[in-house]
Amino acid sequence: MPLAPDLAGREFAPTPPLDVSRSQIAAFADAIGADDPVHHDVGAAHAAGHLDVIAPPTYPMVVAFRAMSAFMADPDVGIELRNVVHSEQRFEIRRPIRAGDVLTATIGVDGVRQAAGTALISTRSTVRTVDGDVVCVAYATLAHRAPEGAES
Amino acid sequence: MSSLQPGGSLGPVEYVVRRSDLVRYAGASGDFNPIHWSQRVATEVGLPGVIAHGMYTLALAGRAAAEWAGGPHRIVELGSRFTKPVVVPDDETGVVVEVAGAVRETDHDGRLRIDLTVTCGNQKVLGMARAVVTRDG
Repeated sequence: MPLAPDLAGREFAPTPPLDVSRSQIAAFADAIGADDPVHHDVGAAHAAGHLDVIAPPTYPMVVAFRAMSAFMADPDVGIELRNVVHSEQRFEIRRPIRAGDVLTATIGVDGVRQAAGTALISTRSTVRTVDGDVVCVAYATLAHRAPEGAES
Repeated sequence: MSSLQPGGSLGPVEYVVRRSDLVRYAGASGDFNPIHWSQRVATEVGLPGVIAHGMYTLALAGRAAAEWAGGPHRIVELGSRFTKPVVVPDDETGVVVEVAGAVRETDHDGRLRIDLTVTCGNQKVLGMARAVVTRDG
Protein backbone atom coordinates (compact mmCIF):
# COMPACT_ATOMS: atom_id res chain seq x y z
CA MET A 1 0.00 0.00 0.00
CA PRO A 2 1.75 3.17 -1.13
CA LEU A 3 1.52 6.54 0.59
CA ALA A 4 -1.24 8.73 -0.79
CA PRO A 5 0.38 10.99 -3.42
CA ASP A 6 -1.66 14.03 -2.39
CA LEU A 7 -0.81 14.05 1.33
CA ALA A 8 0.98 17.40 1.39
CA GLY A 9 -1.38 20.19 2.30
CA ARG A 10 -4.14 17.93 3.57
CA GLU A 11 -5.95 18.64 6.86
CA PHE A 12 -7.82 16.03 8.86
CA ALA A 13 -10.82 16.21 11.18
CA PRO A 14 -10.23 17.28 14.79
CA THR A 15 -10.02 14.63 17.50
CA PRO A 16 -12.92 14.23 19.94
CA PRO A 17 -12.61 16.64 22.89
CA LEU A 18 -10.35 15.53 25.74
CA ASP A 19 -11.18 16.77 29.26
CA VAL A 20 -7.93 17.49 31.07
CA SER A 21 -8.21 16.68 34.77
CA ARG A 22 -5.96 17.42 37.72
CA SER A 23 -5.40 13.73 38.27
CA GLN A 24 -4.36 13.20 34.62
CA ILE A 25 -1.86 16.02 34.87
CA ALA A 26 -0.50 14.62 38.13
CA ALA A 27 -0.22 11.11 36.64
CA PHE A 28 1.65 12.43 33.60
CA ALA A 29 3.98 14.50 35.78
CA ASP A 30 4.58 11.51 38.07
CA ALA A 31 5.45 9.30 35.10
CA ILE A 32 8.26 11.66 34.06
CA GLY A 33 9.28 12.43 37.65
CA ALA A 34 8.26 16.09 37.43
CA ASP A 35 7.69 16.97 41.07
CA ASP A 36 7.20 20.73 40.68
CA PRO A 37 4.14 21.46 42.86
CA VAL A 38 2.52 23.48 40.05
CA HIS A 39 1.69 20.07 38.48
CA HIS A 40 0.30 18.58 41.68
CA ASP A 41 -1.10 21.20 44.02
CA VAL A 42 -3.79 23.75 43.15
CA GLY A 43 -2.66 26.09 45.91
CA ALA A 44 0.91 26.08 44.61
CA ALA A 45 -0.37 26.62 41.06
CA HIS A 46 -2.46 29.60 42.19
CA ALA A 47 0.47 31.02 44.14
CA ALA A 48 2.55 30.83 40.94
CA GLY A 49 -0.13 32.77 39.06
CA HIS A 50 -1.83 29.89 37.25
CA LEU A 51 -5.60 29.36 37.11
CA ASP A 52 -5.22 25.67 38.02
CA VAL A 53 -2.51 22.99 38.04
CA ILE A 54 -0.53 23.14 34.79
CA ALA A 55 0.80 20.28 32.69
CA PRO A 56 4.46 19.64 31.79
CA PRO A 57 5.55 21.09 28.43
CA THR A 58 5.32 17.78 26.53
CA TYR A 59 1.77 17.06 27.73
CA PRO A 60 0.26 18.44 24.47
CA MET A 61 1.50 15.17 22.95
CA VAL A 62 -1.30 13.35 24.77
CA VAL A 63 -3.77 15.20 22.56
CA ALA A 64 -1.58 15.35 19.44
CA PHE A 65 -0.90 11.60 19.71
CA ARG A 66 -4.61 10.92 19.22
CA ALA A 67 -4.60 12.90 16.00
CA MET A 68 -1.37 11.23 14.85
CA SER A 69 -2.71 7.75 15.63
CA ALA A 70 -5.91 8.38 13.69
CA PHE A 71 -3.88 9.80 10.81
CA MET A 72 -1.56 6.78 10.71
CA ALA A 73 -4.48 4.36 10.87
CA ASP A 74 -6.40 6.13 8.07
CA PRO A 75 -6.44 3.77 5.06
CA ASP A 76 -6.56 6.78 2.70
CA VAL A 77 -3.17 7.94 4.02
CA GLY A 78 -1.43 4.65 3.20
CA ILE A 79 0.95 4.42 6.14
CA GLU A 80 2.01 0.96 7.29
CA LEU A 81 2.43 1.20 11.03
CA ARG A 82 5.32 -1.25 11.18
CA ASN A 83 7.25 0.90 8.70
CA VAL A 84 6.85 4.21 10.48
CA VAL A 85 9.16 5.82 13.04
CA HIS A 86 8.57 9.06 14.93
CA SER A 87 11.81 10.79 14.04
CA GLU A 88 11.40 14.36 15.24
CA GLN A 89 9.09 16.35 17.51
CA ARG A 90 8.83 20.02 18.30
CA PHE A 91 6.31 21.99 20.35
CA GLU A 92 5.44 25.66 20.07
CA ILE A 93 3.70 26.37 23.33
CA ARG A 94 1.30 29.33 23.51
CA ARG A 95 0.32 28.69 27.12
CA PRO A 96 0.60 25.77 29.54
CA ILE A 97 -2.26 23.29 29.41
CA ARG A 98 -4.16 23.34 32.70
CA ALA A 99 -6.79 21.27 34.47
CA GLY A 100 -10.23 22.11 33.14
CA ASP A 101 -9.08 22.56 29.55
CA VAL A 102 -11.13 20.69 26.98
CA LEU A 103 -8.84 20.07 24.01
CA THR A 104 -8.90 18.82 20.46
CA ALA A 105 -6.04 18.32 18.01
CA THR A 106 -6.23 18.84 14.27
CA ILE A 107 -3.48 17.27 12.20
CA GLY A 108 -2.33 18.50 8.82
CA VAL A 109 0.53 17.54 6.52
CA ASP A 110 2.98 20.36 5.79
CA GLY A 111 5.04 18.36 3.32
CA VAL A 112 6.51 15.02 2.26
CA ARG A 113 10.18 14.59 1.32
CA GLN A 114 11.75 11.46 -0.11
CA ALA A 115 15.18 10.44 1.18
CA ALA A 116 16.80 7.09 0.31
CA GLY A 117 13.62 5.03 0.19
CA THR A 118 12.10 6.79 3.18
CA ALA A 119 9.31 9.32 3.05
CA LEU A 120 9.71 12.05 5.67
CA ILE A 121 6.20 13.26 6.46
CA SER A 122 6.07 16.63 8.22
CA THR A 123 2.90 16.91 10.28
CA ARG A 124 1.51 19.76 12.33
CA SER A 125 -1.05 19.08 15.05
CA THR A 126 -2.78 22.17 16.36
CA VAL A 127 -4.05 21.73 19.90
CA ARG A 128 -6.98 24.00 20.71
CA THR A 129 -9.49 24.45 23.46
CA VAL A 130 -13.07 23.83 22.38
CA ASP A 131 -13.43 27.63 22.50
CA GLY A 132 -10.90 27.84 19.69
CA ASP A 133 -7.85 29.11 21.61
CA VAL A 134 -4.64 27.53 20.32
CA VAL A 135 -2.57 26.29 23.27
CA CYS A 136 0.16 24.46 21.33
CA VAL A 137 1.29 23.54 17.85
CA ALA A 138 3.04 20.16 17.81
CA TYR A 139 5.22 19.43 14.78
CA ALA A 140 6.08 15.76 14.22
CA THR A 141 8.18 14.20 11.49
CA LEU A 142 7.25 10.63 10.67
CA ALA A 143 9.79 8.57 8.74
CA HIS A 144 7.97 6.01 6.61
CA ARG A 145 10.11 3.31 4.98
CA ALA A 146 8.98 2.30 1.54
CA PRO A 147 7.17 -1.05 1.84
CA GLU A 148 7.46 -4.08 -0.49
CA GLY A 149 11.01 -5.29 -0.74
CA ALA A 150 12.62 -1.87 -0.50
CA GLU A 151 15.20 -2.92 2.10
CA SER A 152 16.58 -0.14 4.21
CA MET B 1 19.84 29.91 38.26
CA SER B 2 22.83 32.21 37.86
CA SER B 3 23.97 30.39 34.73
CA LEU B 4 20.68 31.07 32.89
CA GLN B 5 22.31 33.76 30.80
CA PRO B 6 23.86 33.70 27.35
CA GLY B 7 27.03 31.62 27.38
CA GLY B 8 26.06 29.87 30.61
CA SER B 9 26.13 26.14 31.03
CA LEU B 10 23.53 24.19 33.00
CA GLY B 11 23.70 20.82 34.69
CA PRO B 12 24.32 18.08 33.95
CA VAL B 13 21.46 16.42 35.78
CA GLU B 14 20.87 12.67 35.86
CA TYR B 15 17.54 10.89 35.65
CA VAL B 16 17.10 7.17 36.26
CA VAL B 17 14.67 5.45 33.89
CA ARG B 18 13.21 2.08 34.89
CA ARG B 19 10.85 -0.23 33.07
CA SER B 20 8.08 0.72 35.52
CA ASP B 21 8.46 4.39 34.47
CA LEU B 22 7.74 3.41 30.87
CA VAL B 23 4.63 1.52 31.91
CA ARG B 24 3.43 4.53 33.89
CA TYR B 25 4.21 6.81 30.96
CA ALA B 26 2.32 4.52 28.57
CA GLY B 27 -0.74 4.79 30.80
CA ALA B 28 -0.45 8.54 31.32
CA SER B 29 0.23 9.37 27.67
CA GLY B 30 -1.95 6.80 25.91
CA ASP B 31 1.01 5.49 23.89
CA PHE B 32 0.81 1.74 24.37
CA ASN B 33 3.23 0.72 21.61
CA PRO B 34 4.54 -2.63 22.97
CA ILE B 35 8.18 -1.86 22.04
CA HIS B 36 8.09 0.31 25.18
CA TRP B 37 7.12 -2.53 27.54
CA SER B 38 7.36 -5.95 25.87
CA GLN B 39 10.78 -7.56 25.46
CA ARG B 40 9.26 -10.07 23.04
CA VAL B 41 7.85 -7.45 20.68
CA ALA B 42 10.92 -5.21 20.96
CA THR B 43 13.29 -8.00 19.95
CA GLU B 44 10.92 -9.25 17.23
CA VAL B 45 11.20 -5.88 15.49
CA GLY B 46 14.99 -5.93 15.77
CA LEU B 47 15.56 -3.69 18.79
CA PRO B 48 18.19 -4.63 21.37
CA GLY B 49 15.47 -4.58 24.04
CA VAL B 50 12.60 -2.50 25.37
CA ILE B 51 13.23 1.18 24.58
CA ALA B 52 11.94 4.35 26.18
CA HIS B 53 9.35 6.38 24.27
CA GLY B 54 11.24 9.14 22.44
CA MET B 55 8.69 11.43 24.04
CA TYR B 56 9.71 10.13 27.46
CA THR B 57 13.31 11.17 26.86
CA LEU B 58 12.19 14.53 25.48
CA ALA B 59 9.99 14.97 28.56
CA LEU B 60 13.09 14.49 30.76
CA ALA B 61 14.88 17.16 28.72
CA GLY B 62 11.86 19.41 29.25
CA ARG B 63 11.94 18.69 32.97
CA ALA B 64 15.57 19.81 33.18
CA ALA B 65 14.85 22.92 31.09
CA ALA B 66 11.86 23.78 33.31
CA GLU B 67 13.99 23.52 36.43
CA TRP B 68 16.69 25.73 34.95
CA ALA B 69 14.23 28.27 33.55
CA GLY B 70 12.36 28.74 36.83
CA GLY B 71 9.24 26.73 36.04
CA PRO B 72 7.56 24.71 33.31
CA HIS B 73 5.44 27.71 32.23
CA ARG B 74 8.60 29.47 31.01
CA ILE B 75 9.07 26.96 28.17
CA VAL B 76 7.67 28.31 24.90
CA GLU B 77 9.39 25.89 22.53
CA LEU B 78 10.78 22.39 23.01
CA GLY B 79 11.88 19.83 20.49
CA SER B 80 14.41 17.31 19.24
CA ARG B 81 15.18 14.56 16.81
CA PHE B 82 15.02 11.03 18.15
CA THR B 83 18.42 9.76 17.07
CA LYS B 84 19.28 6.76 19.29
CA PRO B 85 17.02 4.57 21.38
CA VAL B 86 17.34 4.47 25.17
CA VAL B 87 17.32 0.77 26.06
CA VAL B 88 15.73 0.22 29.47
CA PRO B 89 16.62 -3.07 31.21
CA ASP B 90 14.12 -5.13 33.19
CA ASP B 91 15.80 -4.66 36.57
CA GLU B 92 15.72 -2.37 39.61
CA THR B 93 18.72 -0.33 38.49
CA GLY B 94 17.33 1.00 35.22
CA VAL B 95 19.41 3.27 33.03
CA VAL B 96 20.66 6.82 33.50
CA VAL B 97 19.79 9.64 31.10
CA GLU B 98 21.91 12.76 31.52
CA VAL B 99 20.81 16.25 30.45
CA ALA B 100 23.11 19.27 30.12
CA GLY B 101 22.32 22.70 28.74
CA ALA B 102 24.12 25.56 27.04
CA VAL B 103 22.40 28.95 27.01
CA ARG B 104 22.26 31.05 23.84
CA GLU B 105 20.80 34.40 22.86
CA THR B 106 17.79 34.57 20.58
CA ASP B 107 16.57 37.37 18.29
CA HIS B 108 13.67 37.80 20.68
CA ASP B 109 14.61 40.08 23.59
CA GLY B 110 12.82 38.30 26.39
CA ARG B 111 13.78 34.79 25.32
CA LEU B 112 16.78 32.49 25.65
CA ARG B 113 17.54 29.24 23.88
CA ILE B 114 18.88 26.28 25.82
CA ASP B 115 20.74 23.80 23.63
CA LEU B 116 20.28 20.47 25.36
CA THR B 117 22.74 17.59 25.29
CA VAL B 118 20.90 14.42 26.22
CA THR B 119 23.01 11.30 26.62
CA CYS B 120 22.70 7.72 27.81
CA GLY B 121 25.94 5.83 28.45
CA ASN B 122 27.94 8.62 26.77
CA GLN B 123 25.88 8.36 23.59
CA LYS B 124 23.72 11.23 22.41
CA VAL B 125 20.14 9.99 22.26
CA LEU B 126 18.43 13.20 21.11
CA GLY B 127 19.60 15.34 18.21
CA MET B 128 19.17 19.11 17.95
CA ALA B 129 17.42 19.14 21.31
CA ARG B 130 16.56 22.65 22.39
CA ALA B 131 14.19 24.64 24.51
CA VAL B 132 13.28 28.29 24.12
CA VAL B 133 12.40 29.89 27.44
CA THR B 134 11.12 33.26 28.58
CA ARG B 135 13.12 35.16 31.15
CA ASP B 136 10.10 36.60 32.95
CA GLY B 137 6.46 35.80 33.38
